[in-house]
Amino acid sequence: MKTLVSLVPLFPLLGFLIVALNVRKLTHGVTAFIACGAVLISFILSIVLFTHLLGLPVDQRVLEVTLFDWIKAGNFSTSISFLVDPLSSLFLLIITGVGFLIHVYSIGYMHDDAGFNRFFSYLNLFVFFMLLLVMGANYLLMFVGWEGVGLCSYLLIGFWFKNQAYNNAANKAFIMNRIGDLGMLLGVILIFVYFGSIQYTDVFAKATTIDTGTLTLITMLLFVGAMGKSAQLPLYTWLPDAMAGPTPVSALIHAATMVTAGIYMIARNNLLYSLSPATLEVVMIVGVLTAIFAATIAVKQNDIKKVLAYSTVSQLGLMFLALGLGSFTSGIFHMATHAFFKALLFLGAGSVIHALGGEQDIRKMGGLKKYLPVTFLTFLVGVLAISGIPPFAGFFSKDEILAAAYLHNPVVYGLALFASLLTVFYMFRMFFLTFFGKERAGHDVMHHIHESPMSITIPLMLLAVLSLVGGFMGVPEALGGSHWLASYLAPVFAPSVAVTSGHHHLSHSTEYALMGTVVALTVVLIVFAYIRYVKGNRVPAADTQVGGVQKVLANKYYVDEIYHAIVVKPLYWISATFADIVERPGVDKIVNLIGGSVVPASRGARLLQNGSIGYYIFVMVIGIVLILAMGIIR
Amino acid sequence: MFITIFLVFFPLLVALLLFAFKPAQAKMLALVASIVELAVSLYLAVVFPKTDLAQYVVDIPWVRAFGLHFAVGIDGISLLLVLLTTLLVPFIILSSFNRTIEKASTFYGLILVMQMALIGVFCALDGLLFYLFWEVALIPIYFICLIWGGEDRGRITFKFFVYTLAGSLFMLVALVYVYFQTPGTHTFAIQALYDAGRALPVYEQGLIFWAMFVAFAIKMPVFPFHTWQPDTYTVAPTQGTMLLSGIMLKMGIYGVIRWLLPLVPAGVEAWGFTAVVLSVIGIIYASCIAIVQKDFKRLIAYSSVAHVGLISAGAFTLSTIGVQGAMIQMLSHGIVVFALFYIVDIISQRTQTRTLSALGGIRTVAPVLTTVFVIVMLGSVALPFTSGFVGEFLLINSVFQYHGVLGAVAGLTIILGAVYMLRTFQQSMSGETNTVTAGFADLTGQEKLVLYPIVLLILVIGIYPAPLLEISEPAVASLLKIYSNLSASVK
Repeated sequence: MKTLVSLVPLFPLLGFLIVALNVRKLTHGVTAFIACGAVLISFILSIVLFTHLLGLPVDQRVLEVTLFDWIKAGNFSTSISFLVDPLSSLFLLIITGVGFLIHVYSIGYMHDDAGFNRFFSYLNLFVFFMLLLVMGANYLLMFVGWEGVGLCSYLLIGFWFKNQAYNNAANKAFIMNRIGDLGMLLGVILIFVYFGSIQYTDVFAKATTIDTGTLTLITMLLFVGAMGKSAQLPLYTWLPDAMAGPTPVSALIHAATMVTAGIYMIARNNLLYSLSPATLEVVMIVGVLTAIFAATIAVKQNDIKKVLAYSTVSQLGLMFLALGLGSFTSGIFHMATHAFFKALLFLGAGSVIHALGGEQDIRKMGGLKKYLPVTFLTFLVGVLAISGIPPFAGFFSKDEILAAAYLHNPVVYGLALFASLLTVFYMFRMFFLTFFGKERAGHDVMHHIHESPMSITIPLMLLAVLSLVGGFMGVPEALGGSHWLASYLAPVFAPSVAVTSGHHHLSHSTEYALMGTVVALTVVLIVFAYIRYVKGNRVPAADTQVGGVQKVLANKYYVDEIYHAIVVKPLYWISATFADIVERPGVDKIVNLIGGSVVPASRGARLLQNGSIGYYIFVMVIGIVLILAMGIIR
Repeated sequence: MFITIFLVFFPLLVALLLFAFKPAQAKMLALVASIVELAVSLYLAVVFPKTDLAQYVVDIPWVRAFGLHFAVGIDGISLLLVLLTTLLVPFIILSSFNRTIEKASTFYGLILVMQMALIGVFCALDGLLFYLFWEVALIPIYFICLIWGGEDRGRITFKFFVYTLAGSLFMLVALVYVYFQTPGTHTFAIQALYDAGRALPVYEQGLIFWAMFVAFAIKMPVFPFHTWQPDTYTVAPTQGTMLLSGIMLKMGIYGVIRWLLPLVPAGVEAWGFTAVVLSVIGIIYASCIAIVQKDFKRLIAYSSVAHVGLISAGAFTLSTIGVQGAMIQMLSHGIVVFALFYIVDIISQRTQTRTLSALGGIRTVAPVLTTVFVIVMLGSVALPFTSGFVGEFLLINSVFQYHGVLGAVAGLTIILGAVYMLRTFQQSMSGETNTVTAGFADLTGQEKLVLYPIVLLILVIGIYPAPLLEISEPAVASLLKIYSNLSASVK
């Protein structure tokens, strides 16, 4: 069983190597076969590992494999080693399962692209690094995956590299992630300093002996990394720009998997976070603020992918909120259901974009439901799921987060509720504008419109099924379930439960009341959106015509502009100052002055220079001989 | 013991022979000789015992009057740098094969003389011998830059020569001073110098520290002693730049590790913090300047100042992690910067420009070069599983442990490095092709022969650095023992 563990990441790596080394030789068919096959094998292996874990007694569901020593210097040492437990096995299933569907989808979506092979090699490499991230048995290996997925994200955002705007987006993503990564790296180093090891098992075993201040610093630094990778305030602005990449990339990397790395990291370190309540508080606040902030922006976006991008930022905020509340299971639960429905929504949006020949502006869509029936129906499932309509997947996971927030503090609950309701509104706004109402696309576009091929629609249908039934893994007791997911993950979160002051539970009647309120408000908003955008045929105004608050929202609160003014510009200003003022007229001048003072003294010596190499060498030899001779005489 | 003698003098022997050959033969002979040298050092690495002691020691009295011995030997620290030297020289020679070089025999002869001096520096176990090799190394590179360099080379190489020579005179004074403290008839033998240096009062150790540090800081170079470097790197012929940045600057770091840290520990304890601060300033300062460079080669030159700053900072933390990080990062930086300058050379040869804004779109026409460039770039920005990460992680680790704020500031290198490298890649490779780059030809077989092994090394060292780290670990640990003893005695 242990060899199987190492095989999981091996296959995508092999797939990457084979395709990458033969990128100009392989036919598209062979590439698709290899790349999809590699991920499929990993998926099958993940299922095997999953069932194997299920077959073990609850407290022994851990597989650890060490391959070889990686970096070793002084008292520092780290190894390439894997850890598969309930938490990582769940991520394995999602990464390889959803990953496989998106690979298949990409066959159809990237069909005509000259960079087909290159695209699939990047995708496989991404899956490899993502697997390392969640399987690594120590912090540094997680960091390898962490930066590796960032690299793939960079490569795929800038996939169409002739467009410099896309390249700018790619650079921005990489650099912004690096800001977070530095925080994480310093956190990892601190862990080494205080724990003497960076292996999870050693660290968790020692966690309760470390003082709270240190743990707070460590967890805060790690969280800075999460802010970058999972696009939270203030490091989120790269994610909307990342939509420059091909749509399957947005689905896989920028929705379902990579951006949830921060969620994984905190869940993995639940013990450290539970021992530093101050950090948990920060995580909660950042999460809820991001959820609202991004949701308000999404309301005024007209690019179908941008709406989904801000929605992702917002949903990730909800997950962090859950983690910050100490409700780790709900955070992971929402990560899982979100992976299903957000991948579905992105792929559905891709199908629409594909059908319309590249159009992404929902103002130029409308009335597509009869042309794209499969896309329409599956998209509807996704929208219902994210809106939290029972019994779709999002209902259960979102409800759990709201319940946890309610338990904690009414204000937090109110904010979280507000964010979810905004989600309902902007999702249905986008949905109605895209599929209902007048056909606003140009005549040419409508002429060529067609439902997508099977390689696209089948993944959509499978993801729709998952978005429908995915929530059943965590049906709460109040609704007669036993919350399978919570008991499955219980061994991972048990140490935290032990150190926190027990869990409160809502009474069933309160739970029913909360669920009822949310669902009722959701339905009201759907009706509102329907009246506004279907009955009223309202279309968002052109960008130039909006003003006031709307303009602020449409311009995303001008955060990019602010960052440009307070970070980018000063950096370039400092750099230019160093280069033009400090370097040449400063440091170099001083050096030359010191050197120059020697010049008068050496004027005479200058006569000895005549430019002949032979002469120089001759003088040198004579000199050396003289030195040596003088030594002997003395 | 002959293996050391062979490693030092075989290149010199071949260099002298070269003058008897025609240019075409000379360059092949130089290549073959450098490969033989590489093979011998690889053999040495394989059979090298896990010990902190110098192996294959040769100790021949030379000038008895002032106790000069021809004493050379190889321990783990020396071996890694010998490996770096013998590895890069054949590639440097091969990298010149895509052009005709005037006075080829002299050119390759000088490269081999340079190799002799570099290996001498890394193996010397006698203070004066170290100094002699150190100065001899300056002569061939001076002529390489002067004869085959670019515009304005006269003024710039003169500055380089005088600057570095002036620095090393301080070192000579320091060495001679310590020499006179050795008992009996005085000796430059390394252990005797160590003993004498350590016995000096703190104030004098501080002076010795500064005299040595200035010499090494100029060579590396560390801020603010770096201003000769960007000009020299830019004006030197590509092979000269590779020698300077790939190997020669490591003389400075090696000097710190071998001839400064163990020599005057009290001086280092007094002034080491200053050295770390200067190094960290250099990281940020040079990275920022790199961000606004327009000339590709100059940009890499500044990036080198930044990376070396981190190495120097790590070495001065006096921790095994820091010095080991410096060792592995010297190797990594050597191969990465070699590849970067080669890429600059390939691009500028084909387009006749090094101005980044004039380039663009090369990715479309040269996918192989693009892939190579990406991997080398990742090595430069220290992405995990590239060689750069192993070194930079250990170095940042050590500096962060040494001083939290300095460590965090030094860590900015991973962000700033990404800023200037990604920008460079974007400007030169991405976007649409233009008139300059439209006809750009992808890598030739010969260029692949140079770059593929380097790319492979960047990845292999990144994934499995353990064998290299193990080579130098015992020597580094024993070298730093003096500091744990010191701090123990303080307590």
